[in-house]
Amino acid sequence: MALATAGIAATVGTASPAAAGELTFWTWRQEDRPAYAELFRDFTRQNPDITIRFEAFAAENYNTILSTALAGGKGGDVIHARAYGGIEQFARAGYLMPLDAANVPELANLPADALAAETLRSDNRVYAVPFASQTLGILVNRDAFAKAGVTLPDALDWDGFLAVCRQLKAKGVTPIANGTATAWMDEVFAGVVTAPFIGPALVEDIRAGRTTFEDPRYTAALAKLLDLRESLPPGYTGVDYPTAQQLFISGRAAMFVGGSFEIANFRKQNPKLALDFIAPPSPKPGEPRPVPKFYDGGYAVNAKGADTADALKLVRWMGTPAFGDRLVALLGNISPIKGVRVEDPLLAKVQQLNANSLPYVMAVYFRYETPTGSELLQNGVQRMMAGNVTPQQVGVDLTQGIAKYYAPFRK
Amino acid sequence: MTASPPRRGAAAAHRRWRRRAWVAFLLAPAAFTMLAFVVWPMLSAFGYAFEAFDGLVAVRFAGLANFGDVLADHATWHALGHNLIVFAGLMTVQNGLAYLLAFALLKGLPGHRVHQAIVFVPVVLSAVIVGFLWKLFLHPLFGLVNVLTGLLGFAPHPWLGDESTALGAIIGVNAWHWIGFPTLIFLAGMQRVPRETMEAARLDGAGDWVLLTRIVWPLIGPSVTIVFILTFIGSFNWFELPYVMAGLTGSPGGATDVLGLLFYRTAFGTVSSSIQDFGHGSALAVLMFVFIAVVSAFALRMLRRREIEL
Repeated sequence: MALATAGIAATVGTASPAAAGELTFWTWRQEDRPAYAELFRDFTRQNPDITIRFEAFAAENYNTILSTALAGGKGGDVIHARAYGGIEQFARAGYLMPLDAANVPELANLPADALAAETLRSDNRVYAVPFASQTLGILVNRDAFAKAGVTLPDALDWDGFLAVCRQLKAKGVTPIANGTATAWMDEVFAGVVTAPFIGPALVEDIRAGRTTFEDPRYTAALAKLLDLRESLPPGYTGVDYPTAQQLFISGRAAMFVGGSFEIANFRKQNPKLALDFIAPPSPKPGEPRPVPKFYDGGYAVNAKGADTADALKLVRWMGTPAFGDRLVALLGNISPIKGVRVEDPLLAKVQQLNANSLPYVMAVYFRYETPTGSELLQNGVQRMMAGNVTPQQVGVDLTQGIAKYYAPFRK
Repeated sequence: MTASPPRRGAAAAHRRWRRRAWVAFLLAPAAFTMLAFVVWPMLSAFGYAFEAFDGLVAVRFAGLANFGDVLADHATWHALGHNLIVFAGLMTVQNGLAYLLAFALLKGLPGHRVHQAIVFVPVVLSAVIVGFLWKLFLHPLFGLVNVLTGLLGFAPHPWLGDESTALGAIIGVNAWHWIGFPTLIFLAGMQRVPRETMEAARLDGAGDWVLLTRIVWPLIGPSVTIVFILTFIGSFNWFELPYVMAGLTGSPGGATDVLGLLFYRTAFGTVSSSIQDFGHGSALAVLMFVFIAVVSAFALRMLRRREIEL
């Protein structure tokens, strides 16, 4: 079965014929269909000769479907591409059209770090217009706190945070909804909690290869996760992402370590939810509380699309502040486009937190080759939280895994 | 008036030709489907296994390098070890119980026809439904299994979140899902054992255990062969159930990682690793194919030798 699957996947393209004047937009975000219907209506109003068909695919299979389609000369005219390592193979294969100031002047509306997320390292060219930044932090169910009679201080340090968790638990509320059964959430969990302990200096040292993940500052930060085991749901090693979400939304848990991408979804599931978003606690009182941040993907043009001129028109429009305003309002995501208005108070707070942010280390720097830093960290944190390895061993495994392709980590 | 011999021969040849054309016509759709969706992709995958990919594009002939990389990768052997555990677990738990169940059904106890149907019902469910259902049953917070073990005084346990129980739990679910299939095969084999043989053994004082181990077991060789071979192939192609219950990474901490998941991750990437590598993925698929084909052929040969003609 695997053998036939490999052969089929590597050779067969998915047909997606579009009518004249119709562009197809491919994405993994099925949940955004209504929002994009509105966005594309705006575009068609301004460009009456172009309509756009929204085609969504399962997130976990999106890359497979996209790559097979592109290899067969098919695929959407405009493609929702992932960022960092996720866009490289598509760009390197020549499937995406390079974007520059000449064909997409709106790139000037985007900050340098957002464009870097959609840049192919080998030719230093941009291949997609970044669509959203995601900020990681702690989502707070204010109702759960109120019901338990527990106050969350504004100036939150590590000891204060642990005290809050103990108070919540004493009142019968699970302090933190997260479990460790869903691997990618473990990276989010570790990324958020360790960010203030790691700080920008250590991130830069790791990126530059001046130190490794065996650095005691890094492993000490990882060890902080172990302090939170008592605050997670019972049997947390078997609690998966959907369960954690429901625990939080229902108020059985008071906090959820996640990303700004959860806000719209949580509100949709429980419109009455008194939701807040805070930065992780600082190591000591008064110290900085940075949040991890990354760019989630971008809008790319299929180089072999039937009508690249129209596709470029659409992508240019997706780089305008007008589009950014609508995206923020409809999707509840933070648009990286300069000058975008964020009227929602909670999203505005997230945007403020971005002023003191760190790169989401593994996604931004170590997702270009395998084993990716993300895979290694997820696996390591899952095992560490289950008590099967130490933080130091996680640091060793991370360093040795990444050393396979990152020369500075080779001793 | 009769047709001359040459004309009779021509008519017969024409009939033969028509018959062959008709057979070819009936076979064509199935043959085309097999060629297009099985044979050709398999041959393509063989080709990709010898190529180095840069992203999604094959850039050069790599010889056996992909195979060497796959065989040198600790993850391959780690996953293979789990496949072996799965095979051993299914042979003992699933097929062992199926053998006992088949014997119980053979005895024609009251209600055996209903039980025969009940045992087979899970087989018709899709692996996705079974996996999702059992994920809920095994849930650490509200799962039925913990409720039942709680009644017996045991503390709740994260069955799928504990490295020591996750693989065993999924093997157990697989056994629940598929037990009806080997049960029916064993039962069919047992029904072919001559009644006189069984009665003669009974007259000689043989109990159920002796019948099961000394009389029935040697005489249902063909059924055992089929069950063994299918279990072997199923164990080393295992994908759906661990994918649904443990995810592509073989959570927790790789404790449920098997070759099928590793192949998928290598060839198509994951949410956290969007890197697709058709060269190494195809090499792994080829190695899996060769391993399964060779061992199955060898096992088939060995098992056929112990079969007794009834």
